[in-house]
Amino acid sequence: MQQVFKRPASLMDVQTHFCPGCQHGTIHRIVAEALDEHGLRDRTIGCASVGCSVFLYSYFDIDVVESPHGRASAVATGVKRARPESIVFTYQGDGDLAAIGTSEIIHAANRGEDITVIFVNNTTYGMTGGQMAPTTLVGQKTSTTPYGRNQSKDGAPLKMAELLSNLDGVAFSARVAVNDPRNLIDARKQISRAFRYQAEGKGFSFIEALSACPTNWGMNPLQANARVGAELIPYFPVGVFKNVHNL
Amino acid sequence: MQARKFVKGNEAVAMAAIEAGCRHYFGYPITPQSDIPEYLAREFPALGGEFIQAESEIASINMLLGASACGVRAMTSSSGPGISLKQEGISYMAGSELPGVIVDICRQGPGLGGIDASQADYFQATRGGGHGGYRIIVLAPASVQEMYDLTMLAFDLSDIYRMPAMVFADAVIGQMKEAIIPNPRPAATLPAKDWVVRGRKEGTEQRVVKSLKLGDGEMEAFHWQMHERYHELQEKESRWEEFETADATLVVTAFGSAARIAKSAVMAAREAGMKVGLLRPITLFPFPAKAYHDLTGRCRKILDIELSTGQMIDDVRLSVQPGTEIDFYGRPPGAGSLPTPEEIFEQIKNALLIFTNLSPFTRF
Amino acid sequence: MRHDLFISGFGGQGVLLAGNLLSYAAIREGKNVSFFPAYGVEKRGGAAMCTVIIADGEVGSPVVGNPSVSVLLNQLSFDKYYPKVASGGICIVNTSLVDTAGHVRSDVELIAIPMNEIANSLGDPRMVNMVAVGAYAAKSGAVSIKAVEDALSDALPERNHRFIPANVKAIAAGADRTV
Repeated sequence: MQQVFKRPASLMDVQTHFCPGCQHGTIHRIVAEALDEHGLRDRTIGCASVGCSVFLYSYFDIDVVESPHGRASAVATGVKRARPESIVFTYQGDGDLAAIGTSEIIHAANRGEDITVIFVNNTTYGMTGGQMAPTTLVGQKTSTTPYGRNQSKDGAPLKMAELLSNLDGVAFSARVAVNDPRNLIDARKQISRAFRYQAEGKGFSFIEALSACPTNWGMNPLQANARVGAELIPYFPVGVFKNVHNL
Repeated sequence: MQARKFVKGNEAVAMAAIEAGCRHYFGYPITPQSDIPEYLAREFPALGGEFIQAESEIASINMLLGASACGVRAMTSSSGPGISLKQEGISYMAGSELPGVIVDICRQGPGLGGIDASQADYFQATRGGGHGGYRIIVLAPASVQEMYDLTMLAFDLSDIYRMPAMVFADAVIGQMKEAIIPNPRPAATLPAKDWVVRGRKEGTEQRVVKSLKLGDGEMEAFHWQMHERYHELQEKESRWEEFETADATLVVTAFGSAARIAKSAVMAAREAGMKVGLLRPITLFPFPAKAYHDLTGRCRKILDIELSTGQMIDDVRLSVQPGTEIDFYGRPPGAGSLPTPEEIFEQIKNALLIFTNLSPFTRF
Repeated sequence: MRHDLFISGFGGQGVLLAGNLLSYAAIREGKNVSFFPAYGVEKRGGAAMCTVIIADGEVGSPVVGNPSVSVLLNQLSFDKYYPKVASGGICIVNTSLVDTAGHVRSDVELIAIPMNEIANSLGDPRMVNMVAVGAYAAKSGAVSIKAVEDALSDALPERNHRFIPANVKAIAAGADRTV
C-alpha cells in the first residue's frame, strides 16, 4: 500500500491549540511542506511573533527565536546576519506585522534582507480577543469597533502585500488564501516559491496568507471560511504582486 | 610596553568591541554616542563584521536579540531617549537569558533633554529599565582606558552570566580623549553556548530561545534562578576603586565622570592635610555593597556626589552600616552644569566641618 | 607636575587641533593627558573650547574650573574665561582680536601676542593656533617645543603633512614672543 498523505517532517506530531476552523494550522502545514520540499529544515530558524502564532516552536520541529511583539523581522535580520547560511523566516499576524511592527517590516523589506516573511491576515487580533486589526475591513464589527470599522476614524485596511511590493528591496510578494482547493494549491506554490527565493539567495520574500478566525468573527468554521471568499478576497485579492526573478 | 593610542572614550568602546570579538553591531544615531557606530561602520567591512544602521533603537535592540540568539558577540549603543526605546528588547533578552552588550552614553532628560553629560539614568540602568523585574550588569567607566577595558569585560560577564550587560558612561567620558593602552582581550573561561539556535540537525534537540513561561511554577522558578544569579554576581563580580580610604574620616563616593572630578578634589584635600578618601563603584549592578559596609566601620561620614538630584545614594544608604551619616552634593544635568574639583573641594570642607549626628566634642 | 589649560576661540581658529597637538606632544614625552572638548550647544554657536590636562602622574579631573593657564583667541573667549584663570596663573591672549583694556587682573600674568599679525607675516593666516601652541609650550614648560614639532605628524592628517614646516615656523614664532 502506498502512503499518499502524511505529516510533513518539519511539523511535530502534536495537537495545536488553534480553534476549530482556524486556518493557522493549514498555513503551518504548507510552510512545513515547503521546508521539506526544499530540504531546508535542518538549517531553518523560525522567528515567532506575539499573538496566536506565538507557539511556533510547539508545532514546528525547528529551532525558534521568540520575538517581541512586532519585532520579528528585526530579530530575523539579526539572526540572518549572524548565521547567513541559515534559512530564516518570520511568522507574524496582522496586529504584529501591520500595526506595532510596521516600521520593522518596512525596513527589513527595504534592506532586502534575505529572509521569508509569512504574514497571516485574519482581519483581527485573535489572541487578545478580537479587537480591530490594521486589516479589519470597513464596517467589520470587532470588540473595539462595536459599530463596525469606520473608515473616516479608523482608516482603511492596509494591503501589505501590495504595499511591500513597491519597495525595491522586495524580490517576491504574493497574497494567498486557503479557503478552497484552487487557492490552497496556489498557496502551496507561492509559499514554496518564497522559500526558494531565500534558498537561492535571491532576496526578501513575502507571503500574505488570508486566514479565517471563526471564534472572533462570531461564525462557525464553514461560515468563516465562506467569508474569506465573499468578503476578504474581494478587498485583498490573491495573486503575485512581485516576482523579480520569475522563479 | 604597547604603544599608547590617543582616542575618544567612544572610540575606545568601539576598539574594545572589535578586540573582544564583536562583529555584529546594530544601532541608530544619537548624540553623544555616534562616534561608536561611525567607527564600526568604518572598521567592520575589512573584518567581515555586520553593521546595520537600523530604522530605530527598537529595531536595533531586536537585531541584537536575534544575533545573540545565534551565539555571536553583538553590541548596540545609544543614549537616554534611545535607551528608553530599547527597554522592551532588553526585557525580552533578560527573559530569554541572552547575552549582549548595550552601551549607554548618557545625556540629559527627561524627554529630549539635552546632550550634555548626566547621571540621571542611574535608576533606569540599575533597576532593569523595562518590565518584569530583572537586572542587567552595569559597568561605569571613569576614564577612556576603562571605556576600553570595561567594554571587553562587559562581553565576558554577559556571556558568563547569560544576561545583557551595559557600559554606562556619559558625554564627558564618551567625548574626552586620553592615551590608552589597547590591551589584548583578557583570557576568560566562558561557558559553552549550547543553547543557541543553529538549525535543528537530524538527531539533535530542538532549541528555542524564548521568554514566555506558561508552565505551572515555571516563571516563579525562573525568577528565583535569576535572583540566585544576581546574588552570585554580587559575590563574585562587584568591583570598585578605593583611594586613600585607609585612614579617611570622610569618604567621598561617586561613579563615572563625577568620580573623576571628585578624585581631584580628594587629592587637593589630602594635600591640605584632610583625611579624605574616595570610593568609586565600578560595577553599579552588582553594587559593591560590601565595600561600603566595610568602609563605614572605619570612616565617619560619606559624601555622595552625583550629576543628578541623587539616585545612587539609595544604594549607598542600603549598603552602609547603620548610623553612618551621608551627605549629598548633586549637580543635576544641564549645559554648564558640570561641577569642578574646586567646587567639590568646598563640599568636602563643609562635610568635614559639620558632623550633624555627633556631639560637638567630636568636631574637628 | 600637572598642567591644566583652557584653549578657546571661535570655530575655524583651530582650537581643537591646538589641544590635540599639545596632547600628542605630552604623550610623546611619556606623560598622561586628557583632552575634553566643550561639547554640545556651544559647539553650534561657532565657539570652540577645550580643556587639556598634562600630568606626570594621574590626570585627575578632566573638568577644571580655574585653569592655571588659558589661551584665548577671540574677544568672546577672553570675556568668558579670563576671569576664570586661577590666581597666580597665566593668560595668553591673541591681541589681534582681543581688547584687554579694562580687564586687568593683578594676580594673573597676561601675555599679549598679536597672533593673527604673526600668522599673516608668516604667509598663512591659518597658523594662529600654532603661534598659540608655541607660546603656551614655551611659557608653561608643560611640553617641549621639540615634542610639539614631532607631534605634528600625529595630530595632522596625512594629507596635511606637507604643511608641517610652515607649522614648525609658526610654533617657533609663538615661542619667541614669550621670551
